[in-house]
Amino acid sequence: MLEIYQVSKLFNPGTADEKIALMDINLKLNEGDFVTVIGSNGAGKSTLMNIISGVMQPDIGDVRIDGQSVASKSESERSRWVGRVFQDPMAGTAPNMTIEENLSMAYARGKPRGFGWAVTGRKRALFKEELKRLGIGLDARLRAKVGLLSGGERQALSLLMSTFTRPGILLLDEHTAALDPARAELITRLTEEIVRSMKLTTLMVTHNMEQAIRLGNRLIMMDKGRIILDIPPERKQDLTVQKLLGEFERISGHKLADDRVVLG
Amino acid sequence: MIHSLTGAVELGFMYALMALGVYITYRILDFPDLTVDASFTTGAGIAAVMISHGQAPWLATLAAFGGGLAAGICTGLLHTKGKVNGLLAGIIMMIALYSINIRIMGKPNISLLNTDTLFSGVASHEWHDFRLAYIVVLFAVAIVVKLLLDAFLHTDLGLALRATGDNKRMIRSFGSNTDLTTILGVSLSNGLVALSGALIAQDGGSADISMGIGMIVIGLASVIIGEAMLGPKRVFWATLAVVVGSLAYRIVFALALRAEFLHLKATDLKLITAVIVILALVIPTMSRSAKQKQQAKRRTAELAAGMRGKGAI
Ligand SMILES: Nc1ncnc2c1ncn2[C@@H]1O[C@H](COP(=O)(O)OP(=O)(O)OP(=O)(O)O)[C@@H](O)[C@H]1O
Ligand SMILES: [Mg+2]
Repeated sequence: MLEIYQVSKLFNPGTADEKIALMDINLKLNEGDFVTVIGSNGAGKSTLMNIISGVMQPDIGDVRIDGQSVASKSESERSRWVGRVFQDPMAGTAPNMTIEENLSMAYARGKPRGFGWAVTGRKRALFKEELKRLGIGLDARLRAKVGLLSGGERQALSLLMSTFTRPGILLLDEHTAALDPARAELITRLTEEIVRSMKLTTLMVTHNMEQAIRLGNRLIMMDKGRIILDIPPERKQDLTVQKLLGEFERISGHKLADDRVVLG
Repeated sequence: MIHSLTGAVELGFMYALMALGVYITYRILDFPDLTVDASFTTGAGIAAVMISHGQAPWLATLAAFGGGLAAGICTGLLHTKGKVNGLLAGIIMMIALYSINIRIMGKPNISLLNTDTLFSGVASHEWHDFRLAYIVVLFAVAIVVKLLLDAFLHTDLGLALRATGDNKRMIRSFGSNTDLTTILGVSLSNGLVALSGALIAQDGGSADISMGIGMIVIGLASVIIGEAMLGPKRVFWATLAVVVGSLAYRIVFALALRAEFLHLKATDLKLITAVIVILALVIPTMSRSAKQKQQAKRRTAELAAGMRGKGAI
């Protein structure tokens, strides 16, 4: 489904600020894989997400989706395959537009945008159904401006918007990190439900060790621009937070340093 | 008195198209586009040249709209593909258009007196004295353009345009090329501005190379006054507010000129406009911060009282 092939990325090459963000990353996700990603601050997790979604170009290496290189495709072109939820709840929705308008823009993903009405009765009925699945009452507020929603509600809406058109790949970059624990739990539960029921191929960065172990079928660990550990489904089942942290220290030679780390 | 007021209302409707254009860039795209000062003249110039060369007025007006679209595309390209800051892109295009406008017009002023214009049919109407038919036609033009714009802003493409000003990152992640939507918005904006220029030239009976100067500030004034009167709301109300704002601006201005004790001259227009815009920009900010201060005071007092209450128990 998704292949990352020998991808490297430097920031500020040749200057005193030179920074290796990714170094020779190889990663292959099969259809339906749900991979959690952990790693220290600055390990390159967000950069990897940005390279997959086309926000940044790798210095060398290739990204393939469905066996086809997407190197020459822009961020907006890749959005046909790639759905994303950002860490910042403000980032994934348009605040001055209504819930139904936001959903309609998400619904148009991968289609040409022309002069057809954005919100029709048929689409509105569909949006209502989808919003009901979130179970937080947004289906009664189709015409409310998204700016009026709480961070948790906005993030739930973002999650729905990036998944209900069934993207080939779902990228979640610490999408619960800015929420309080109760709301983070809600979004985590929704994520799990949606990814499972739609069998989405997912890459999820998290700073929550317990979550990284509990969710998904595979876990990868990054440090200093490299993938240092890739735990397959059969080994993931009997993993514990202690074992995971121990493993990280053993391979990288230092403690996992993440200012947002939650052990679970 | 009545006469100057009807004149103000007529101008208000014609300039409303320009204000709707400014609304697209300033409010929807969040991009104050100064091209407007020159593209207004471009529209007036194209219409005047074509009409004085015997072309059909409707064709000339349409061509003026096209000229504005093209000017907007240039500014949009400069800003998005050329990565030039929005204000600067507008200023550069404004200067460039000044020369182009002279080329289009051939001379700094073109008179359209004794020539058939779009409005000749209406002006010769028997209601001429009351100018009622004239006002009705201009009202209809402004409202039709407003409604068409509303409709466009509710299409898939229109939503992408609005989202480009609201959250670029988001709409890009859903597959919209925000460079294209920005260019589209700036283009449409300048098209409307040029259309407005074409109407003003035909109404006033001439096109002048300097007629667009200060247009952006007048446009901003109309948008802001309208919002102050109707409040920023859904698209339908927001664009209606722009039309109302344009009318209000013209009427206030006409009254200010009539008030003899103010000793104002027509050339004071720009100063008055600037003052209106300054007031409109400053008053809401000041009243907001005053409100916040008040609220903070009240809330702190409440909390403090609560603490004291607890302490007593
Ligand atoms: N635009 C940029 N310009 C320069 N350096 C950058 C840029 N983006 C990231 N970096 C650097 O690249 C490295 C990898 O950053 P990245 O954001 O991918 O880390 P991360 O694993 O997501 O970290 P975190 O856990 O803090 O989110 C860091 O050292 C960072 O400082
Ligand atoms: Mg990150």
